[in-house]
Amino acid sequence: MTLWNNPTNFIADWLRGVFSGWGMAEGLAVILVTLIGIVVMASLVMLLDIFLVWVERKVVARFQDRLGPNRVGPFGLIQPFADIIKLIIKEDITPDGADKVVYNLAPLLSLMSVIILWAIIPLAPVIFGVDLNVGALYLIAAGAIGTLSIIMAGWSSNNKYALIGAFRQVAAMVSYEIPMVVALLIPTILAGTMGMKGIVDAQSIWFVILSPLGALIFLISAIAELGRTPFDLNEAESEIVAGFHIEYTGMKFGLFYAGELLHAFTFGTFLGILFFGGWNGPLPWGGQYPLIGALNVVIKGLFFYWVIMWIKYTLMRIRIDHMLAFNWKFLTPVAFVLLMVTALMDKLLAGTAPWIYGMGMFLANILVGWLALEAARAYARRQRLAKEALAQPATQAAHH
Amino acid sequence: MQNEWLYIGLFLVVGLIIPTAAITISRIVAPRKPNPIKQSTYECGMETVGDNWVQFKAQYYIFALVFLIFDVETVFLFPWAVALDKLALFAVLEGILFILILVAGLAYIWRKGALEWV
Amino acid sequence: MTALQVLFILSAAVILGSALMVVTVRNLIHAALWLIVTLFGVAVLYAMLNASFLALVQVVVYIGAIAILFIFAVMLTRKEMRDRGPQLNKTWWLAGIIGLLTFGGLAWLLNNWSGFWKTAGVIPAGADTMRDLGVALVSPNAYVLPFEVASVLLLAALIGAVYLAFNRK
Repeated sequence: MTLWNNPTNFIADWLRGVFSGWGMAEGLAVILVTLIGIVVMASLVMLLDIFLVWVERKVVARFQDRLGPNRVGPFGLIQPFADIIKLIIKEDITPDGADKVVYNLAPLLSLMSVIILWAIIPLAPVIFGVDLNVGALYLIAAGAIGTLSIIMAGWSSNNKYALIGAFRQVAAMVSYEIPMVVALLIPTILAGTMGMKGIVDAQSIWFVILSPLGALIFLISAIAELGRTPFDLNEAESEIVAGFHIEYTGMKFGLFYAGELLHAFTFGTFLGILFFGGWNGPLPWGGQYPLIGALNVVIKGLFFYWVIMWIKYTLMRIRIDHMLAFNWKFLTPVAFVLLMVTALMDKLLAGTAPWIYGMGMFLANILVGWLALEAARAYARRQRLAKEALAQPATQAAHH
Repeated sequence: MQNEWLYIGLFLVVGLIIPTAAITISRIVAPRKPNPIKQSTYECGMETVGDNWVQFKAQYYIFALVFLIFDVETVFLFPWAVALDKLALFAVLEGILFILILVAGLAYIWRKGALEWV
Repeated sequence: MTALQVLFILSAAVILGSALMVVTVRNLIHAALWLIVTLFGVAVLYAMLNASFLALVQVVVYIGAIAILFIFAVMLTRKEMRDRGPQLNKTWWLAGIIGLLTFGGLAWLLNNWSGFWKTAGVIPAGADTMRDLGVALVSPNAYVLPFEVASVLLLAALIGAVYLAFNRK
């Protein structure tokens, strides 16, 4: 194990040796080194979060045909630090009647639920926090804590707009968790394990080729889970003023905002790991050299973060009833049908040559997607004809 | 395996400490001049009108209920999905039967109109 | 006292303390939040027992769905959410005695059961517990019938819940 083959374990061993040399007990040294590793990882994640603020503002500016921040520092790179300083020195106004403990706890839980996701993301075959063998379910569990923090924030603000915003957001998030879990089941079936490292190891063919519809369903439900447009009822400024975080000022609002950006990037990274090959990415030798593998994962995360931003700044907001109807009447049935078809095809095509397997799964996905679109089109046509039939007698009566 | 959960527990603690540190810094540095106007509830810039509690639509409860049922169903499906490549075709059919029963339930409540938002 | 025992005592204290808070606080939403702390403590217990899947299912289903359902249900009742009456009624001493007797009886029963004193079997390294669980759930000579019956049970729950909660105007 050298520095290049296995950097994190190499440094950890060296540090352990240093601590034992200072006379510390073995167990304590292990825990201390683990703690240092966690603090380093969490700090890197927060630093990335700050960088993401700059990325977001530059990209939205380019989509809107303007320049974005370019005064503070070269290319505006110091802008997020200026934002952080501004948020820290703003006064922290607690509305009267707010429930103090719950009100203060909500932003902490919201950011915590995103940071703990980074414990299971494998950046390379040897750089990861833990290789939990139930990694896919861990993603949903962290989402559950995030949902809880939104309800806590909305309820404790003592503001009816916050409450309405929180309910709508939670109803939407909770509804879109079902297609997301089903879309997580698809790489589980294809890889035979729920652990993230196992899923990346099983991707000799990227799972996006074996199951493009699954990747699409995961992307759509991830955008709904994040609460970004087109599903951002929470931040519907024209509707309910800012949703559940109306009454939050200063750094607490900053924690919600930073948490949302980091959550988007984390989901982008998960999309890259689950469907797009993880560390076997654009740069070669990702498996052998862990630093190149980590760079691959981060590149994919940034690319999918850009895709999520692209969707956000292009599409309009969808109404809550359309959103929930889309989920329960279209996305969930399609996801379940896709799951059944994937399981069946996986069993029927097991043991055939890889290219036959890949072709079979790909065509099955395209078939399911096409059938779903045809069903939606037939439904829309029925509705349109019914509406025209209703309008017909009225016009005929007017002619008489 | 206990080492894994210990790691996640430590990660949770560190994950809680970071936002707490941010808020503590803000609390030290930021000014604090509360007055009743600043602390009044926000309602698009006017005085609040009416009660502070909204009548909660019952439809939210139905969606949460349906979500609960399907969540438990997908939890059952996880071990099935992991073990799928070691099992025979019969196991796939059993899982498909499981999913079909619940999709039939979804179709029933769709027909009943419980998924409408109005 | 090993670290595991200390951790167990800590989480047991958290579970019992928050369960006590659930039944004694006056604000219903606070009671729901204390319930979430209790459920999280139980998840920690599962994790200490190496049951990773169950720990995560506890968080996903109990905290992520059932606790949210509780909070929605509490908010659905539009009355004042603060409990105004006294927390104890006249016969609280009788309830306390019955509680203590039940606890004593359960402790005596568990003490006499041989399984209580056995140490947990060691899971062989490299055994994929999730896969074994999956195989057990669908094998005809294991648990396939309860598996399918569970789906029928969920269907019954779904239909019953919609029938009870949905009011076609």
